[in-house]
Amino acid sequence: MVPDDRKYTQEHEWVQIDGDTGTVGLTDYAAGELGDIVFVELPEVGDEFSKGDTVGTVESVKAVADMFLPVSGEIVAINDAVVESPELVNNEPMDDGWLLKVKLDDMSEMDNLMDANGYQELLGG
Amino acid sequence: MSDLSQLQQTPLTDWHAEHGAKMVEYAGFAMPVQYEGVLAEHEAVRKRVGLFDITHMGEILVTGPGAEAWLESLVTNRVAGIATGKIVYNAMCRPEGGVLDDMLVYRLDQEEWFVVCNAANHDKIEAWLQERRPTEGVEIQDVSSGTALVAIQGPASGKLIRRLGRLADQIENIDVLDFYNAFCHDGPGGRWIISRTGYTGEHGYELYLPNSDALAVWQELLEQGKDLGVAPIGLAARDTLRFEVCYCLYGHELGEEITPLEAGIGWAVKLKKDDFVGQAALREQKAAGVPRRIICLEMDGRGIARQDARVLCDGVEIGLVTSGTFSPTLKKALALALVERNVPEGQLAVDIRGKQIDCHRVDFPFLAARTKGDPDEPRKIQE
Repeated sequence: MVPDDRKYTQEHEWVQIDGDTGTVGLTDYAAGELGDIVFVELPEVGDEFSKGDTVGTVESVKAVADMFLPVSGEIVAINDAVVESPELVNNEPMDDGWLLKVKLDDMSEMDNLMDANGYQELLGG
Repeated sequence: MSDLSQLQQTPLTDWHAEHGAKMVEYAGFAMPVQYEGVLAEHEAVRKRVGLFDITHMGEILVTGPGAEAWLESLVTNRVAGIATGKIVYNAMCRPEGGVLDDMLVYRLDQEEWFVVCNAANHDKIEAWLQERRPTEGVEIQDVSSGTALVAIQGPASGKLIRRLGRLADQIENIDVLDFYNAFCHDGPGGRWIISRTGYTGEHGYELYLPNSDALAVWQELLEQGKDLGVAPIGLAARDTLRFEVCYCLYGHELGEEITPLEAGIGWAVKLKKDDFVGQAALREQKAAGVPRRIICLEMDGRGIARQDARVLCDGVEIGLVTSGTFSPTLKKALALALVERNVPEGQLAVDIRGKQIDCHRVDFPFLAARTKGDPDEPRKIQE
């Protein structure tokens, strides 16, 4: 089941809000589709991006996926653990395998993201 | 997901789908690309034993009194005069020297030969052979649609194959089966070919089976191999396994625009044997100096160099990556690249999606194959 404590993008990322900060990661589905992840490249803390910017890459044995920032803002943390141990993204994509935290410029951008039901539909019910 | 039901099936397609395989289209077949995950499957083959369904490969029987001389005139390696049961790795070339396909040629009997080609080139090779078939003395029979192919690969493959009930009376034949040799055996559904070959760099076997025997063999191997840690292996790990030991893959290191001399399989090209298609062009290339070669690269920065990424020396392009992946055994990003013969001195790099990532040359191959020695001998890995 898709957890309803966060929101989702068409690119199979999730954003979970705590105050003015969103934690961003890949969904279970995305991690499964990529297969065994061997490299994660993330932006620097302090970098500022607009919604939709490419901020990193997640690379598996067979494929590489760009990571798009789902909301505009400043990067306030990256998950060093997944850079060191990329398999964490496969094992715990929705928890310890989070990728970065962003301080949102505009909280209303969250309204454009899918809720759990919408994302479940995208996955085909 | 695209509709895979329209594709060619193997006798094991349903089994794969029922056992959690991710299925993809490959050369017109619905094939398993992975089950548990490429890293785990790769390790199973390097350390234990894995089973592969590679039924998509093409198998062509060539028979008749003229078969030996005719095949000899089409392939780069020497097949004429080999003993029954012997297998030879070959390229088949265009007159200009480019590679149509690489293939195994088996001598099954005095006048019976078995050619195993890549699935993606199957139709092309079939047509190439038919066009050149002499009017007398050579018969060609494509047996692919009735032939399943199961590979058993890994250090425990010798133990596992000896547990197969249908081969219980063949243990002596297995005991003396050297690398690149095969023997035939009558199975329930027809003739089996048991071949000491593979595409992983490990001790291994390939079983050519009548379709009707394949599922029972597959299931028996999984059952009998439980204590050996046997696992089904998908095409993704087949690729990383062959990559580490630097076996060429058609469409990557080999192609119609690449000669076998450039691809590094010159050992399978006999320029002094009787004339074969492409020989004159290859002799000429060798005399003039082979312009390109395959080199091994290790990435210094993060990122995987994928096929067609540009290889640069001090910023100047010297060639392209042919294959690149993360090596599960060596735990490094590695690449094979086709580059100018004389690689200049300077800083090497690969253009990975617009970023120049430094790399350096390493020895060929990345990992030594251990197809011949004692399979229980631990692998020595140079750090």
